[in-house]
Amino acid sequence: MITNNRLTETQYEQNFSDIHPMFETKDAALVAANKCLFCYDAPCTKACPTSIDIPKFIKQITTENIKGSAHTIFQSNIFGAGCGKVCPVEKLCEGSCVYNLMEETPVQIAKLQRYSSEKAIEENWKLFESKPSNGKKVAIVGAGPAGLSCAHVLAREGVDVTIYEKESKGGGLMTYGIAAYKVTPAFCEDEVNYILSIGGIDVKYNQTLGKDFSLEELQKNYHAVYLAFGIGTINKLNIPGEDLVGVEDAIHFIYNIRTNDFKNIPVGDRVAVIGMGNTAIDAATQSKRLGAKEVTMVYRRTEAEKTCTQHELDIARLDGCATLWLAAPKEIMGENGKVKALVCDVMKLGEPDVSGRPTPIPTGETITLEVDMIIKATGQKPYTTLVEQIGLENNKGKIILQADKASTNVKGVFAGGDAINGGKEAVDAVQAGKDGAASILSYLEIKN
Amino acid sequence: MANISSNFLGIKSPNPFWLASAPPTDKKINVLRAYEAGWGGVVWKTLGSQVKNVSSRYSSVDYGGHRVMGFNNIELISDRPLDINLKEITEVVKLFPDRAMIVSLMADNNKKAWHELIKKCEDAGAMGFELNFGCPHGMTERGMGAAVGQDPEIAKMVVEWVMEKATIPVITKLTPNVHSVVPTGKACVEAGTNALSLINTIQSVTGVDLDTLVPNPYVAGKSVFGGYCGPAVKPIALKFLTTIAQDPTTSKVPISGIGGVSTWRDAVEFMLLGSSTVQVCTAAMKHGFRIVQDMCEGLNNWMDEKGFKTIDDFIGKSVNKITHWEDLDINYHHVANINQDKCIHCGLCYIACEDTSHQAINLQNENPYNIYTIKEDDCVGCNLCKLVCPVDNCITMEEKRVAPEYINWKMWQEQGLPLNDH
Repeated sequence: MITNNRLTETQYEQNFSDIHPMFETKDAALVAANKCLFCYDAPCTKACPTSIDIPKFIKQITTENIKGSAHTIFQSNIFGAGCGKVCPVEKLCEGSCVYNLMEETPVQIAKLQRYSSEKAIEENWKLFESKPSNGKKVAIVGAGPAGLSCAHVLAREGVDVTIYEKESKGGGLMTYGIAAYKVTPAFCEDEVNYILSIGGIDVKYNQTLGKDFSLEELQKNYHAVYLAFGIGTINKLNIPGEDLVGVEDAIHFIYNIRTNDFKNIPVGDRVAVIGMGNTAIDAATQSKRLGAKEVTMVYRRTEAEKTCTQHELDIARLDGCATLWLAAPKEIMGENGKVKALVCDVMKLGEPDVSGRPTPIPTGETITLEVDMIIKATGQKPYTTLVEQIGLENNKGKIILQADKASTNVKGVFAGGDAINGGKEAVDAVQAGKDGAASILSYLEIKN
Repeated sequence: MANISSNFLGIKSPNPFWLASAPPTDKKINVLRAYEAGWGGVVWKTLGSQVKNVSSRYSSVDYGGHRVMGFNNIELISDRPLDINLKEITEVVKLFPDRAMIVSLMADNNKKAWHELIKKCEDAGAMGFELNFGCPHGMTERGMGAAVGQDPEIAKMVVEWVMEKATIPVITKLTPNVHSVVPTGKACVEAGTNALSLINTIQSVTGVDLDTLVPNPYVAGKSVFGGYCGPAVKPIALKFLTTIAQDPTTSKVPISGIGGVSTWRDAVEFMLLGSSTVQVCTAAMKHGFRIVQDMCEGLNNWMDEKGFKTIDDFIGKSVNKITHWEDLDINYHHVANINQDKCIHCGLCYIACEDTSHQAINLQNENPYNIYTIKEDDCVGCNLCKLVCPVDNCITMEEKRVAPEYINWKMWQEQGLPLNDH
């Protein structure tokens, strides 16, 4: 049965409390910070898509220059606080920490990053000043990590920025698409407000491109346009039974959790989550945390090919989610229009495909899971129709960029983020925004 | 098992580790706890005229997240009445007759005062004296402590007064607040002191509070120069110790080494450079008396490994290893080698060499782990890379003599050999 209000207020609170608590004391932060060796040309910085000078910001914690530390972080990544919570650091900065090569646990980079950056947000430190307005106007579509990162760089350089955002809040998938126990909506709001506090950035909410305004209007009214509208809903499974009640899109499911009280979110008794990326994990763990009795993650390859990180999978397992490897959804069975079971082909691994991973091949056998809810997390669809309509060169809906990693085929129109890459980490989007801003500044002949 | 017992001028102790004259040795309760923990002896905190202390009296220097790398105090000599101290000394000696009981003295500047104090302490059961000519704060303003130790003539006069009266061994403790400890050391030996000890604390300001702008330690809006000690002063202490151990006059008497000893390793270093016993204070103040257990065990194990049966087998063994610069072998050359299997690619060796030394490390850009290798021809063998490397034995210095024969700077000049290597 799919129903809401399965738990008590206290249980919801416990299940969705931050899994990334802050250092409780300054001393704890100092012990962690003093572990950093202050590497030169540091592997952690190289592994960070936004190239945060990690040894520098950690050193600044040890000298009790927390403002300087926060500035170092935000200079490279204006979403440094949120990224400290949502980045898969085990495969980025912390995964590259030289301590790993000593068979020693890495420096707690993300936690230290949160220490300085969250302090800056709490205290509302003014760490950046905008140059006087240079009269240039840039429109940005999408107030997610890419759009806001681009906007912040432009605002610093004296550009007047207007952001058009389809939702009622900024932050993009950071606000709407991440498990609540990793980053709360309230935190996202504070972070967005802090980013906007630099001034010179006007955000128009509830404005959807192609509906409330057109690209032509932007091209006419602004000196340049940056498209950072991200990516759409989950790909269809294209199997029988997909329209039954109880089949849900992970993005939609997570969006609802982000925008409602937990007690209002219905979840099944027995849930199957299809896919093994980080979104699938967020859907599975949150189903469990909302009170589902059984959650099974279904993936057509094996654990070795999973696209989520080990850390993420561990969270799911610790939450009690089961995994079913080598199973590809074949049909969803229903009863009275509601989901009753998921039938999967049992697969085996064949030759590597274009992604280099072995291709799953049906063995001919099937396996049936008795479930009442199915959450699809099998990769998101680009906004292909929109991209085609506005005449952008694209690859199956993913916008193709020029050599500067920011210009589209249309003069004065730039793009970045998930709309280009089909969905990567928030930290990648932040870097895309910086690249976009650099290209726009150069296009507008503004020297930074 | 090696024998780590000590016999210092007939004063016996089960190990060579004494607690230095300082707050940890100023009353019975502390000293009994120290003996129960296993300390070989104590130098009872300096006795003299009645003084009054201020409240706030210690401050320290932290480094890299570690507390008390250096420590400073502005405490005066014992502020407890003399008769209580003497009574407690008697009681302690009775309970632990096998431990060394040295009493530190700083009488007023007249012979009578010294003689009276000596008599009382001997009657109380002291086994030896240590003359405090080193305390650098407070007492100096009254013409005592370092004010005595800084002037060889005055020091000599006071030692002569003491030697007239004392019937037990006398150790004179030297101040490091001088260019060289040798003149005072010599004067004291010539005046008859039976032994020397060094160093006392070094005048210092440990830091300034960046909120109040008042230096440490804070005493009602003011501060004062304090005496510096702890691990930070060890290298300075070892240098002064060596000069005493090498001088023909001062080396005739045994030495008790002091200054930043925290572990058995530190203690062994002091002993190799001529100390017969070592005295500890800051490490005990930081961790308590229990540290002596590892000091004894570590010393014992090291002696067993090295084949030393008694401490006399190695005391002073490194003294003649410190020579004059002009006697060093110019043909000795070594170059760094980075063990690539151990390297963690932190780049610390590279940036140190590139920015501040000889640009002798090659950087091969890789993602994310750069590869660092030594440019042997450019390496002068300075050791900097090895010192900053966080991995034990990753960077080693490999001997590559320029030529087999020994040649020093004097010979080099005599032979008119070229000076410019570059």
